[in-house]
Amino acid sequence: MSVAATQKKGFGAMLWDYLTTVDHKKIAHLYLAGGGFFFILGGLEALVIRIQLIKPENDFVSAGLYNEMITMHGTTMIFLAAMPILLGLMNAAMPLQIGARDVAFPFLNSLGFWLFMFGGLLLNCSWFLGGAPDGGWTSYASFALTSPGHGIDFYVLGLQIAGAGTLMGGINFLVTIVNMRAPGMTYMRMPLFSWATFITSVLILFAFPALTVALFLLMFDRMFGSAFFDVALGGNTVIWQHLFWIFGHPEVYILILPLFGLFSDVFATFSKKRLFGYTAMVFATMLIAFLGFMVWAHHMFTVGLGPVANSIFAIATMAIAVPTGIKIFNWLATMWGGSITINSAMLWSLGFIPTFTIGGMTGVMLGSAVADYQYHDTYFVVAHFHYVIVGGTIFGIFAGLHYWWPMMFGRILNETMGKITFWFFLVGFHLTFFIQHFLGLMGMPRRYWVFLEDQGLDLGNLISTIGAFLMAIAVIVFFINIIYTAAKGEKSSPDPWDGRTLEWAVETSPPPFYNFKQLPLIRGLDPLWIEKTEGKGKMTPAEPLGDIHMPNGSILPFIMSIGFFIAGFGFIYHGDHAIWYLALYGGMALALGCMAVRSLKDDHGFHIKKEELEREAD
Amino acid sequence: MKGWMGKFKALFLLSSLALFLTGCGKENLTALVPKGYGAKSSMDLIILTTVIMSFVLLAVMIFFVIVLVRFRKKKGQEDYIPKQVEGNQTLETIWTIIPIILVIIMGVPTVIATFDLADASKADEHINVDVTGNQYWWHFDYGEDEFQTSQDLYIPTGEKVYLHLKSSDVIHSFWVPSLSGKLDVNPENENTMFLEAHEEGVYWGKCAELCGPSHSLMDFKVIAVSPDDYEQWAKDMNDFDPEAKPKDTVAQEGQELFEEKSCMGCHAVGSSPVATGPNLTDFGNRTKIAGILEPTKENLVDWIQDPEKIKPGNEMTGKYPSLSDDEADKIAEYLLQLKPTDVAPESASK
Ligand code: HEC
Ligand SMILES: [Cu+2]
Repeated sequence: MSVAATQKKGFGAMLWDYLTTVDHKKIAHLYLAGGGFFFILGGLEALVIRIQLIKPENDFVSAGLYNEMITMHGTTMIFLAAMPILLGLMNAAMPLQIGARDVAFPFLNSLGFWLFMFGGLLLNCSWFLGGAPDGGWTSYASFALTSPGHGIDFYVLGLQIAGAGTLMGGINFLVTIVNMRAPGMTYMRMPLFSWATFITSVLILFAFPALTVALFLLMFDRMFGSAFFDVALGGNTVIWQHLFWIFGHPEVYILILPLFGLFSDVFATFSKKRLFGYTAMVFATMLIAFLGFMVWAHHMFTVGLGPVANSIFAIATMAIAVPTGIKIFNWLATMWGGSITINSAMLWSLGFIPTFTIGGMTGVMLGSAVADYQYHDTYFVVAHFHYVIVGGTIFGIFAGLHYWWPMMFGRILNETMGKITFWFFLVGFHLTFFIQHFLGLMGMPRRYWVFLEDQGLDLGNLISTIGAFLMAIAVIVFFINIIYTAAKGEKSSPDPWDGRTLEWAVETSPPPFYNFKQLPLIRGLDPLWIEKTEGKGKMTPAEPLGDIHMPNGSILPFIMSIGFFIAGFGFIYHGDHAIWYLALYGGMALALGCMAVRSLKDDHGFHIKKEELEREAD
Repeated sequence: MKGWMGKFKALFLLSSLALFLTGCGKENLTALVPKGYGAKSSMDLIILTTVIMSFVLLAVMIFFVIVLVRFRKKKGQEDYIPKQVEGNQTLETIWTIIPIILVIIMGVPTVIATFDLADASKADEHINVDVTGNQYWWHFDYGEDEFQTSQDLYIPTGEKVYLHLKSSDVIHSFWVPSLSGKLDVNPENENTMFLEAHEEGVYWGKCAELCGPSHSLMDFKVIAVSPDDYEQWAKDMNDFDPEAKPKDTVAQEGQELFEEKSCMGCHAVGSSPVATGPNLTDFGNRTKIAGILEPTKENLVDWIQDPEKIKPGNEMTGKYPSLSDDEADKIAEYLLQLKPTDVAPESASK
């Protein structure tokens, strides 16, 4: 595989290339495309929800379909849109930021993506096969057990497969950061985004197994006659809630911490200033991650765990405000005294500050257990978590896309459309969700298919729906922007933002597939900035030019994931008819067969010869 | 810069206007106008935390606006490189310590209130009601007093009434926003809470945990009457004679049909410890039919003829022989005449 051959190819070859790629940058493209696809689906589901709630006692969708919509909206947005897009951004930027040529396990990286994709597709097949899951994204056990049809089964298997992919991604990033930092890139010189990726990966490593266990138990209950959650047979439904939230709470930090890292990089870059209080920022991130495991029961204040448990979890929850506050103020201090450029990436980051602070503010309010008895399971909570997840994660994703688009695709996203997107989204967002705090306190529980007439909830809901449409317009403009940029966008230099970190120190934009011809020598925090201000203006190589060892691509991850996908159907339907055992065993055989091939066949990868690299330089 | 502020301002004005128009919500439904012990307790903490956190938000916003106004890149200074500040110990300590203090200020009253609301040690000295959550209706069993109601829970004002919550199927959550925060209704264990209404009124209750297609239609009421009225009500309910015949013949026929068409299999009129359907002893006094419909005869006939259309997934649909309109009409007549007591929802709003 020669370097030049990667340039121009037919569609078939390109497709094959993406199906078999193990290059972290291409896997990032896949994650972004897959996540983007599910983001649109989840967005459409959100619009259906808001149309249904545009007026009291509306019958735009039936009660059953509505419950499927809310379930799939939440599940899709969290597991199939936000998570993969984040994994995509991490894949795109982290190896470059730490000066690595790829991740530690490129094959696993690809497998992680395909598992996510096929898990997501499996879950969404439910729409066409008798109905999607309808137990809410939390799928609480008692109702999830009684829910008829196969909806919940699709939830269980879809998430199990997608979750396995995420877990692999997390482990992969951990090993990458531990082992593959460029010479001189000590831990305390890593950009905050890489730090956040590291800490997030730890969270994934410890949180996802809880979900895996919960899903297995639910699967046994529903498909194999066990009774972990079946009260009639001595089971207990509260255990599901514990397992789910032991996963679920860290999950929200998995969703937000990478963006905390990203914002740190963006604020520093566009203020032309070093990140204020770097060490404090790193430790605050760790503290948030640690506390994130200590607070799961604040989702369960009304379960009846008793005042002791409620008090402990209340205090622990409020305590998270401390490290988060440090971060907010340090970001502001980073900008203080700087020379701030406001472009789309920066707009999203600036918009994040007030939005997320409001989300954090309601977060502390929710932490007060007795106050939560009122907020819990109402639109107040819906408002709160959209302020943090949309205001943090989605704003951050948009910031990240604008920031790294040149690095990923060699072109700069159109600024005008970027600004239109931002303003429509910001206004739409606050219109949709601010009022929901009050709707909740005025007596509107969440997951309500209809609200009744004459309950004082009409206007608030109408405003909320209008806001949702503004957000939809924003997203449409963004997708137009992507297409426009791909066709006519301004070509970018490798360092369009006067960057500070290593991802801007590559030779071309997008970077060559081996990233760095020679690994760079890192002399401190913001290595590129140091070289720009105190050195030669570019990175000094840490090694002489030599052969580069690269992994071979492989179609096995794709086939393996198809195997699990087929087996998923087998598991879901084996109770209906014995023929489905064929799918179950066949799918598993395919997946395990691929594993065997992978294990038994040695694949040493290939080398890019020194001469080839030299030739290319001319 | 103008555009920025302008848009924020417009946003702020719009949302304040919206707030003003909707006010605090519907009285006796909204949590923002607390009328009971628990709701008051929650509201105090809501106010405390909102005020404190608003100050934090304000501090952030002031900082934010100053940064945006003062430190934008200036014309003619495109190449200006600001000083690369590493950090500032004092500042960072300040914004670590102050939040810790604020957390303590909010944490202490939270803990106190949590223990206060969970205290059920004096439950024996008060009225105790066993509450059962069912898909999608509520059942209230007044224990020692041998009577039950469904959908409408009567309590005396100014007194703690202890509720023992349990579900017969999936998890529900018992919420009367104006009187108290919510507590889950679990299938495996009994949860205990209390309600204390400060004034008379008919309070809206809602199910707050997703429990199926008709989750949003699982409304109920808490009717807080004066202690005297409550005593009268309890006495009348106790004295109810299930054998009593209605006065007019239409209703009498309705009563027979009610037995014939197996309605009795699920619905008790008079005391019955098991309840597969709402207890209809005082159905004539119901605030709503099935929790949501105005209690008119027309609506009642609609319900009897096609409950599925009104509450999808409910447990009554299809479990009884079909009825002619005339038969449904007679049953409705009978049911609406079930008024064993003069203490009705109207008594609460004197
Ligand atoms: C299988 C048991 C069952 C049978 C038989 C049955 N019902 Fe019901 N009924 C229920 C249940 C359960 C509900 C509560 C539905 C809900 O709100 O989700 C209900 C609700 C009602 C209500 C509203 C009660 C309230 O408190 O608002 C009325 C009235 C009623 N049924 C009348 C009848 C009549 C008349 C018949 C006979 C023709 C009948 N039911 C037969 C189970 C039954
Ligand atoms: Cu319910």
